Amino acid sequence: MADKVLMKGNEAIAEAAIVAGCRHYFGYPITPQTEIAAYMAKRMPKIGGCFLQAESEIAAINMVYGVASTGLRVMTSSSSPGISLKGEGLSYLAGADLPSLVVNVQRGGPGLGGIQPSQSDYFQATKGGAHGDFHMIVLAPASVQEMADLTVHGFDLADKYRMTSMILADGTMGQMMEPVSLDLEVKPMPEKPWATTGTKLQRKHNITNSLSLDPEELEMLNFKRYERYKVIEENEVMYEEYMMEDAEICIAAFGIASRVAKNAITEARKMGIKVGLIRPITLWPFPTAPFKAAADKVHTFISVELSMGQMIEDVRLATECRRPVKLVNRAGGMIPSPEQILEAIKEANKNGGAN
Amino acid sequence: MTNEFLFAGFGGQGILFAGKLLAYKGLTDGKEVSWLPSYGPEMRGGTASCSIILSDTPVGSPIVSNPDILIAMNLPSLDKYEKTVKKGGMIFYDSSLISREVIRDDVKAFPIPATKMAEENGTPTLANMIIMGKVLKETDDFTEESVRAALTKVISAKRADMLDVNFGAIKLGYDF
Repeated sequence: MADKVLMKGNEAIAEAAIVAGCRHYFGYPITPQTEIAAYMAKRMPKIGGCFLQAESEIAAINMVYGVASTGLRVMTSSSSPGISLKGEGLSYLAGADLPSLVVNVQRGGPGLGGIQPSQSDYFQATKGGAHGDFHMIVLAPASVQEMADLTVHGFDLADKYRMTSMILADGTMGQMMEPVSLDLEVKPMPEKPWATTGTKLQRKHNITNSLSLDPEELEMLNFKRYERYKVIEENEVMYEEYMMEDAEICIAAFGIASRVAKNAITEARKMGIKVGLIRPITLWPFPTAPFKAAADKVHTFISVELSMGQMIEDVRLATECRRPVKLVNRAGGMIPSPEQILEAIKEANKNGGAN
Repeated sequence: MTNEFLFAGFGGQGILFAGKLLAYKGLTDGKEVSWLPSYGPEMRGGTASCSIILSDTPVGSPIVSNPDILIAMNLPSLDKYEKTVKKGGMIFYDSSLISREVIRDDVKAFPIPATKMAEENGTPTLANMIIMGKVLKETDDFTEESVRAALTKVISAKRADMLDVNFGAIKLGYDF
């Protein structure tokens, strides 16, 4: 095994992208993800890659569209307000069925908001991200190692399904350092016969385009895209179950919230309270099945979020509202404390699922 | 065993750097490690802090709100965080910049005039390493080998000449 190094989450994403074969990065600085761009600026010129600080987020995402059309691995990164600016481009990438990796290291919102960690772009990321019927694969790392692993995986999935993979992290995950191994397994990139690489007069022109004026044809494209989404929902769900074997209370949390929740679970277990965690790693596709199964065993769900309560809706949908789902949250850049979560666990334990 | 450190002071005092040294020492000693900086619009002269966790078991939340060990490099940091330290914990503070003493009697206090010592040593920017030397002495198995190994990781190869200087400062704090 290769030596572990200490790296910031943002740097781990950047290095993992390079390991995955990404040689094109386009971005525009914004806290708390700027280390990704800084790392790329340093590394790309040394390995024959392209780092370009675009004039805006909108320009950057359209540069991503350009490189993605040629079939090469490409990425951009930003934080919440910057991702909103990229919205149009994300929709165009979806409409043209182009693979790309987009990183959102979230900060508090709405508007320019603040610069401290947040998870309040959950709706934006998982319910489409911009206009039109489409999805992105949304990956939520909870450690610096996962920042690296899911970046490689995100490129794989993007190529496999010809769509955008989004890493949905937050300021804490981006800024913290942990030991990380960069000995990452990279699968060979699939053939991309659709790429616009020049016909050499040997084949018909490939065209990447998201404009389709014939409604019947456009409907068909939407139907086909959603068939692909169905395959993804069946095959690509990732989650972690923690102390769920005998759990009577189930916490739902992703990213940094799941780590704080684990501290609270440790304390609650010391008091004899049977509580566990389901941590979605893919936020889209959402791990519906484990939550549905858990609803047969636990009396209460607690959704822990750095937002006003967004994922809680997916937990309610997955469990078909058969059990109460409580919210433990902070917003605007604040992070729930283990004590706050522990209080909610104790309360749920006392009530035993009664509302 | 888990040790949670909070290291706080002015931006420019090398708070984050000293925290990194601690984290790397944990890593080279085979521990589970996390390092989380405060980040914000502040630059030199503003406040800076970082949370470091060294543990034998995987680290849950990387956020340290109740440290076992507080290292305060200025008065606002001591004022703000003294009450957050766990009972039985330790507070290290720079007594050349902080004129008051630790008020709590359920923690162990270690005053060390790190900034003054750094100036007298001709290395005015290394008060952080001097206080770190004292921290390592009181909290850790200090071996020259593992401290040097950690320093090699945090000091870039281009500035290798700084290695001995930093080690000297750490030793100064250790021997205080």
